[in-house]
Amino acid sequence: MSNKLTALRDWVDDRFPLMTLWNDHLAKYYAPKNFNFWYYFGALSLVVFVIQILTGIWLVMNYKPDATLAFGSVEYIMRDVDWGWLIRYMHSTGASMFFVVIYLHMMRALLYGSYKQPRELVWILGMCLYLALMAEAFMGYLLPWGQMSFWGAQVIISLFGAIPVIGGTLAEWIRGDYVVSDITLNRFFSLHVIALPFAIAGLVFLHIIALHEVGSNNPDGVEIKKKKDADGKPLDGIPFHPYYTVKDLVGLTVFLMIFSAVVFFGPEMGGYFLEANNFIPANPMSTPQHIAPVWYFTPYYSILRANTINFLWIDAKVWGVVFMGLGVLSFFFLPWLDRSPVKSIRYRGVLYKGALSIFVVCFLILGYLGLLPPTEGRTLVAQICTVTYFLFFLLMPIYTKLDKTKPVPERVTM
Amino acid sequence: MRTLLATIFLAAFTQFAVASESGLKLMNAKVDLHDKASLQRGAKMFVNYCVSCHSAQYMRYNRVAADLGIPEDVMKANLMFTTDKVGEPMTVAMRPEDGQTWFGVAPPDLSVVARSRGADWLYSYLNGFYVDATRASGVNNLYFPGAAMPHVLWELQGLKRAVFATETTHDGATHQVFERFETARPGVLNEVEYQRATRDLVNFMVYVGEPAKLVRYALGIKVIGFLCIFFIAAYLLKREYWKDVH
Amino acid sequence: MSDDAVDPRRRRFLTGTTVVIGGIGAAFTAVPFLSSFQPSAKAKAIGAPVEVDISKLEPGQRVVQKWRGKPVWVVRRTPEMLENLKSFDASALRDPKSEKSEQPEYAKNDWRSDKPEYLVLVGICTHLGCSPSFIPEAGAPEVGATWKGGFFCPCHGSKFDLAGRVFAGVPAPSNMVVPPYRFLTDTKLIVGEDKGAAA
Repeated sequence: MSNKLTALRDWVDDRFPLMTLWNDHLAKYYAPKNFNFWYYFGALSLVVFVIQILTGIWLVMNYKPDATLAFGSVEYIMRDVDWGWLIRYMHSTGASMFFVVIYLHMMRALLYGSYKQPRELVWILGMCLYLALMAEAFMGYLLPWGQMSFWGAQVIISLFGAIPVIGGTLAEWIRGDYVVSDITLNRFFSLHVIALPFAIAGLVFLHIIALHEVGSNNPDGVEIKKKKDADGKPLDGIPFHPYYTVKDLVGLTVFLMIFSAVVFFGPEMGGYFLEANNFIPANPMSTPQHIAPVWYFTPYYSILRANTINFLWIDAKVWGVVFMGLGVLSFFFLPWLDRSPVKSIRYRGVLYKGALSIFVVCFLILGYLGLLPPTEGRTLVAQICTVTYFLFFLLMPIYTKLDKTKPVPERVTM
Repeated sequence: MRTLLATIFLAAFTQFAVASESGLKLMNAKVDLHDKASLQRGAKMFVNYCVSCHSAQYMRYNRVAADLGIPEDVMKANLMFTTDKVGEPMTVAMRPEDGQTWFGVAPPDLSVVARSRGADWLYSYLNGFYVDATRASGVNNLYFPGAAMPHVLWELQGLKRAVFATETTHDGATHQVFERFETARPGVLNEVEYQRATRDLVNFMVYVGEPAKLVRYALGIKVIGFLCIFFIAAYLLKREYWKDVH
Repeated sequence: MSDDAVDPRRRRFLTGTTVVIGGIGAAFTAVPFLSSFQPSAKAKAIGAPVEVDISKLEPGQRVVQKWRGKPVWVVRRTPEMLENLKSFDASALRDPKSEKSEQPEYAKNDWRSDKPEYLVLVGICTHLGCSPSFIPEAGAPEVGATWKGGFFCPCHGSKFDLAGRVFAGVPAPSNMVVPPYRFLTDTKLIVGEDKGAAA
């Protein structure tokens, strides 16, 4: 039996680089042995992606991308289709959990300097993934065709209208209509289920290939490739399979417990994963009293709203859009903004530690404020946080250079 | 730096604290989906008082019958007025245009109203009607001022008068603050009975909002229990392999 | 890498255990996805039993009713037609006793019906799913002089008698399907519910 399997494997291997792929990416891909908690989220995001693709395929079987039928077809899935409710909740929970996992994954990079040389491309591809994921989530959110779907899309598309000269035409072009309508729904559906998933899958592939070319970073920020044994294996490296496959399996199980807890006990997550107003069918004639984007967009939404000053003869609205865009784009430049000789926060000085803490706190406050209706006081707080947010990036070349770093050890510590 | 953090936190926090204080506190509906009898009574209330104007177009009669343990012939005889097919959804006899003419707005579909409004809001709303001669329907609602819906359950509850007190704020403006209800005309049910009846109705609406709620908690416990077992196996496996790593 | 002796049996056992439990989990996870392919509550509601009013059905005539998206025929047979069914040469039929055909127990008889007078059939040819034509007249030109009335499928030429029994030598493999049905009154029957089933 096992002989026959080996023969089959060899037969395939003669015609396809099966063992080469297996070895390069799993069995002989050497990962640093000192991965900690923060290193689960890459593998987990891949799992969530698979969950989204699978449940998405099943949802499309019963969903109708038609403004008159969409809302009803979601309720049809929730009630009339056997187990439809579970598949739908897995998808809606998966959307939010995707961002939870991705934000933690990005946090890891900030903590251990994973974006620094030689991993700039890994980081940039990752940021492209983040952008694609935001587009995917935004378009997917229109599909249930509830009030929040409709007005969320209306507001975000109107942002493009802020762009001088071409804005109005651009917003119309995106919608294919004068307001968000059946036409918009139809094209968002196509992009959500075909175009963006393809793009994300492709980017995931590139992200992993780029990572495996340069090798994984680790909590010490030590390049394990620099110390190799006689066979050319990194001394601090262990084969990804079986060591990290079994370790990630443990992490995955814990993640699935949390995921199931949300799916089965609180799929609305107090209105943050599924908003109450989205259980009212879209009505272009009346905006709900209070609208806010889904939680994973709120930090940027806060930045958008924080710009209330007309500056350089340009409208505050335009600046809001510009800063929101820059807020996301700033991350792309991290590899070149960070001038520190060390990667990991373990060996950085108080300046970077402080800057990163303030940044994270500001990001969270912006996120929280974005969920609430604006008041004068809140806008002020959002403005302070917005300025701090950008100072983190703008001043980075200075404080990372001034920072008193500690000596990095030769080998990783456990 | 610490001071800055503290300032930001404090500023943010005080804002939130102020924001949550406005508005009337909702009554607690104390929904209990395990109470089948309550759900059945609620179903009866719903078809007797609501379905003449409001639909629950995503909810099928036979699903209600199966989930609440109502035999289909009982369902047909007592709870179905708009159709004779037990597989049909709970549609409404009234045309939406008529609703628009009679009430100013077409009565909304109630399939997921418990999810958009929340159970406590519905319960408060059903208990919040009071006499208001300025309204075309003769009543107003404490929790939904200017509601277009007449007090359909008035025969059960009777009619209430709302007593408002005038309050002066620190900047000198005066406004009306609700103090209490007093009975204007007693109904068939006393207050406790009426609250029970509306609680049954809200219970049913919560069920209608998401029929899967009846099964998903129990299933969730099984799934997480299974994952716990799997965790043990995966953890032991991890520990076994990681013996190699020093 | 290690000085401790690795116990390969323990490793294999733990790997096996994890794979088996994981496999069970995967199998259970597959259930919702596979079950969701079953007819939904909406499909079941649309395919619910239908009532057929036969009060105006004359002897020798047929009414067609839609059930589960398919045509269901009710034919009121004349005494002469019933007589013809009896006199058929059994060798001319592929399954004269309806042994290999689909029908409820109460229709597994010479008439293939509960009440001999009324024939209820799913109007779909058992060959490839076309709907045969109803040709009650004997000796109709398109089906031959020996024809005593029945159903003729225009797609591939299958022939059935007035009990829906398939003739030998035509492509259709079995008799036409009799759906579950029962009489509510003498003039009303319901298709999709078995005789003796609770209301």
